Amino acid sequence: MGIATRRHLLGMGDLDPADVERILETAAGFEDVVERDVKKVPTLRGRTVVNLFYESSTRTSSSFELAAKRLSADTVSVKAAGSSVDKGESLKDTIRTLNAYRPNIIVIRHPHIGAAQLTARWSDAHVVNAGDGKHQHPTQCLLDLYAIRKRLGRLRDVKVAIVGDVLHSRVARSNIEGFRMMGLDVTLVGPPALIPPGIEATGARVADDPAAMAEADVVYVLRMQHERMEPGQNFVPTLREYARVWGVSGRRLRPGQIVMHPGPMNRGVEIAPDVADSGASLVEHQVEAGLVVRMAVLYDLMTRPTIGEVIDLRERTGEWGAA
Amino acid sequence: MPVSASESRVLLDADQIRRTLARIGSEIVERHPDLDRVHLVGIRSRGVPLAERIRDRILETTGLAVPVGAVDISFYRDDVGLRPGADDRIADHPVVGETVLDAPVEDAVIVLVDDVLYTGRTVRAAIDAVFDYGRPAVVQLAVLADRGHRELPIRADFVGKNLPTQETERVRVRLVETDGVDEVLLVGAGDDTGDFPLGAGEA
Repeated sequence: MGIATRRHLLGMGDLDPADVERILETAAGFEDVVERDVKKVPTLRGRTVVNLFYESSTRTSSSFELAAKRLSADTVSVKAAGSSVDKGESLKDTIRTLNAYRPNIIVIRHPHIGAAQLTARWSDAHVVNAGDGKHQHPTQCLLDLYAIRKRLGRLRDVKVAIVGDVLHSRVARSNIEGFRMMGLDVTLVGPPALIPPGIEATGARVADDPAAMAEADVVYVLRMQHERMEPGQNFVPTLREYARVWGVSGRRLRPGQIVMHPGPMNRGVEIAPDVADSGASLVEHQVEAGLVVRMAVLYDLMTRPTIGEVIDLRERTGEWGAA
Repeated sequence: MPVSASESRVLLDADQIRRTLARIGSEIVERHPDLDRVHLVGIRSRGVPLAERIRDRILETTGLAVPVGAVDISFYRDDVGLRPGADDRIADHPVVGETVLDAPVEDAVIVLVDDVLYTGRTVRAAIDAVFDYGRPAVVQLAVLADRGHRELPIRADFVGKNLPTQETERVRVRLVETDGVDEVLLVGAGDDTGDFPLGAGEA
């Protein structure tokens, strides 16, 4: 038996394709739970999930909180936005304080890259990264995979164009990694200033022509991240100019293409309102997927709490049923 | 006779399984003259094909197709958050299946169907799961085999075969629908999955 290491979900690199498959299938199992009369299962009864959000969030924080509640866990939500003290020190103190409550899982969103890793080091809980700066947002990738498969019935060889501000986007980083891992075909489309240099090493293609969107089954629109752009840095000439060249509007799409966006949307900038509200938009399905996928992530961490032994088990038996 | 390590013995062959399920079917019919309230609910994974086969037997003898549902107990396990191996008898479930209870549960006669009754923990979880879909009038349990070693006050109402076993032994159920063959085996303690969570269809 290998050395047992506590499992976390800090980035898509913590998962292999079998893990992703299992989480997506578990999420499908939760669909029935969230639709029936009693929308709750006792799976995590008596366990504690802490949601620690240092950045504003509507869908991610609410969906993690509801996911934990649907699993009967006790939840503590801490919004710690806007602290001016030294980020490293204050984070550590906060984590040590929350750790005293003996949480089983800490979900953290933080503006700084690596905050989730530090949380994993400073606490005794399983840590889920709900977004750290422009680094990773793995549950977004998992819910996007879930929503794509639910709509298209497959993942392998699905052509995705990720459009817009890739440079500042943790969603793009997680999605490129996870989409490539699951066999999707990824093209990054946007002005060169917003595409990180060397990104081709991930296996994604780069196109600096908006026409490249036409090839895609899925047009994945990224939000223009004003808040991560330093004042005076001119990544795009003007938002109006950006919208004209790169904005995804109805006339840009061909029938059958689907459009995704991680939210919140800047309507009229990266996505036109006619597209956002159309049948091609998967945005609301992404939110629905977020709930069951986050339930599945919490479930997966608690049922497979360590890395070493789980790997051994998988090698020993392909399948094992309940007694 | 306990089987030795790495040895296995056939406890029920395909024909015996067929006759056993037919008998369970007629017992259910005898016990429930108002058959239209009966709802067979298989516990995933092997309880589901067994429930379907019992339904087919009942259909043959009475002409009535009782509804068959499926319940997945993964989310009702009592060992979530425990160290793996802390209790390897309610073993890990790699794939969570869907719970399908299309017929109303409210005031129904629910007959849970499973392959092997062992500790009773799976059945406890299945009862809890069913109650989240409504309040049945009666819940009963039908199993292909009862191997003893209960850890909860649970018994089966319809038992295909009582199998006295050593706790170290494993009962492995294979069904055509899931494994390509119908047989119930007793496997010795030294079998390759012995010190790990149970192999497919074992209890």
